[in-house]
Amino acid sequence: MDFNYTDEQNALRDTLARFIAKDYPFEARRTLAKSDAGFSRDHWEQFAELGLLALPFPEDFGGMNGNAVDTLLVMEALGRGLVLEPYLSTVIVAGGLIRDAGSDAQKEAILPAIAGGELMLALAHYEPGARYEVSRVNTVAKPDGNGWKLSGAKAVVLGGGAADKLLVSANTGKGISLFLVDSKAAGLTVRSYVTQDGGRAAEVRLDNVAVKTDALVGPEGGALPIIERALDYGIAAMCAESVGIMAALDEATLEYLKTRKQFGQPIGRFQALQHRMVDMVIATEQSRSMAMMAAVKADSTDAAERRRAISAAKAYIGQQARFVGQQAVQLHGGMGVVDELNVSHYFKRLTMIELTFGNTDHHLGLFSDTLLAA
Amino acid sequence: MDLNYTPEEQAFRAEVRAFVTGHLPADISAKVKSGKRLHKDDFVRWQKVLHAKGWGATMWPTKFGGTGWSAVQQHIFEEECADAGAPLQLPFGLKMVAPVIQAFGNQGQKDYFLPRIVDGTDWWCQGYSEPGSGSDLASLKTRAENKGDHYVVNGQKTWNTLGQYADWIFCLVRTSSEGRAQEGISFLLIDMDTPGITVRSIIMNDGEHEINEVWFEDVKVPVENLVGEENKGWTYAKFLLGHERTGIAGVGRSKAQLKHLKDIARKETSGGRPLIEDARFRDRIAQVELELMALEITNMRVLSAEKEKKAPGPEASILKIKGSEIQQTIAELQMHALGHYALPWLQEALDPAWHGVPVGADYAAPLSGHYFNYRKTTIYGGSNEIQKNIIAQMILGL
Repeated sequence: MDFNYTDEQNALRDTLARFIAKDYPFEARRTLAKSDAGFSRDHWEQFAELGLLALPFPEDFGGMNGNAVDTLLVMEALGRGLVLEPYLSTVIVAGGLIRDAGSDAQKEAILPAIAGGELMLALAHYEPGARYEVSRVNTVAKPDGNGWKLSGAKAVVLGGGAADKLLVSANTGKGISLFLVDSKAAGLTVRSYVTQDGGRAAEVRLDNVAVKTDALVGPEGGALPIIERALDYGIAAMCAESVGIMAALDEATLEYLKTRKQFGQPIGRFQALQHRMVDMVIATEQSRSMAMMAAVKADSTDAAERRRAISAAKAYIGQQARFVGQQAVQLHGGMGVVDELNVSHYFKRLTMIELTFGNTDHHLGLFSDTLLAA
Repeated sequence: MDLNYTPEEQAFRAEVRAFVTGHLPADISAKVKSGKRLHKDDFVRWQKVLHAKGWGATMWPTKFGGTGWSAVQQHIFEEECADAGAPLQLPFGLKMVAPVIQAFGNQGQKDYFLPRIVDGTDWWCQGYSEPGSGSDLASLKTRAENKGDHYVVNGQKTWNTLGQYADWIFCLVRTSSEGRAQEGISFLLIDMDTPGITVRSIIMNDGEHEINEVWFEDVKVPVENLVGEENKGWTYAKFLLGHERTGIAGVGRSKAQLKHLKDIARKETSGGRPLIEDARFRDRIAQVELELMALEITNMRVLSAEKEKKAPGPEASILKIKGSEIQQTIAELQMHALGHYALPWLQEALDPAWHGVPVGADYAAPLSGHYFNYRKTTIYGGSNEIQKNIIAQMILGL
């Protein structure tokens, strides 16, 4: 075991911290969130220049061979900056899926394009009515000459509106399979909308959308473990993002306790508030530990071990993030509930993370059920 | 950063496991695993076994006869000892007074006391709290008058854990009433056989004799037994409490207790099915396991960082708070797993020599008492509220 970052990782962290502080100020972010696209292509190009878009991919495909800890550092920084660009959906989830399960031709076509900032991707998997059940797929893929025709509906596809291609799960009769679908394909409807945290997601409808044979990603009928792995990788990343946000909220709240005066003294002199602040810091440090574990286990080749660790981290960090978010708002008093201060935006992002890719109850249940196995 | 155990660490674990399972006396581990009462001899025998192997003081630097192990190695050692059912190595000598002697004691004190701690010769107890000085420890009133070649000590200490067995007590005493309360405190080592010392038992809520009051009436203590400088004892006292806090995270023991809890939940039944199939109860086990998973990593993060700084910082308070809460929750769930069989109080069943018929399951007898007893964990070593004050002041600057 080793708890130290390498020199390269420390350098990466410093670079990201500078970028967020200089190029991602809160006011500009607030304006950006209200723009049509909801994010900035210029930032995306900067990400490409910084190597962030190439980070988790193999060198052979234009990547930088980054590991789970590198991703942890990036996501923490993106969390602190409340970054709106679809890094999680394009690079982590969909990019990670192609990296882990794509054919060489697919990797060659997609990974360098993501790394260069030219291609955005999104995973369209969850369905209306399926809630968080990963194995429930009603979208169908019917064989059709030289390929398939896909029909069905996909729910809350993160980054779906900006994506050039969607990774769509569908049942072929042999089981759940994955297909790369061009976002301009005939029969595809993407209804993009703003999410509570200022991000973008979409409802996707497929009506006999035709794809070719080479659109299939991974084995026909064998996509479920691939999807689970990609979602777990995304969850690990969101855990790290949560920790970045929690640390930022702790700092903001501590600063507020030291400067806000009532009854003739800084409110941080009151023990009731001091202890609450301490509980927030403890929650953040414990969450940081869990995010580290999730990052390391997300790479595990033992699927059961990986699943258990990821659900543990998602459930635990969900609870702790809810506590930190709610208490940061509470300790800021009225300032905690207004739009002009970053606190409410951090709180909203944490809250939406808790509800994404399985909420706390869902993952606590999955983790709890592993106790049944002796 | 890598949270996986290296091949060297895995080999180390195998070595520790082989030694501990091979040399831990079976009668002792049987007592520990079944929650029976332990006697002085059980602790001392195990300490001597470890000392013979050179593992008597895993947390000490090598120059004082310790192993000089890394934080990860110590964690592995504690986990393996707990899993095998070894008794806790009592902290009062090894983890409390010894680091103070190492850091602030003179050569004579180091030469005399440290070997006797690590080889199990001396049993130490702690003379900190007083009836009027709990959380406000610096208000302590036990006086030590400097008479030239000796001090005369008068006063009363309390909550002296296992003081009934102690050969020595380390005491915070007042040597001056000048200035702030913290500035007139000294750190004295006192032989428990000295005339004028009286030990009175305090029976705890589980009916057991674990703690005591110690009375001092004109007790003569040679000045050589002063550690460091007179009136500087508060500095040493805080240093010691930092060491105590890291010890009581208790991750290894909590993992063993969690395993025990799961075993019980598989054996107990509810509605004709194993209790663990009851999602409402299982989720409570899952919840405490999550806390423990996080603490295990936090613990090693903090200890690894401290290794580089050489002394525990205020971060140790986080470990104390979470560690004690987890220990209490597991004890609570173990008791609740028994259902109405938590009610019978068979204190005689805790006696290793008792071979009567148990009421309910054979693992039931100690669990409720353990729950009641473990309410102490959020109180001792500086209550968790005091720990939060420490974090607020020392880390957050509030």
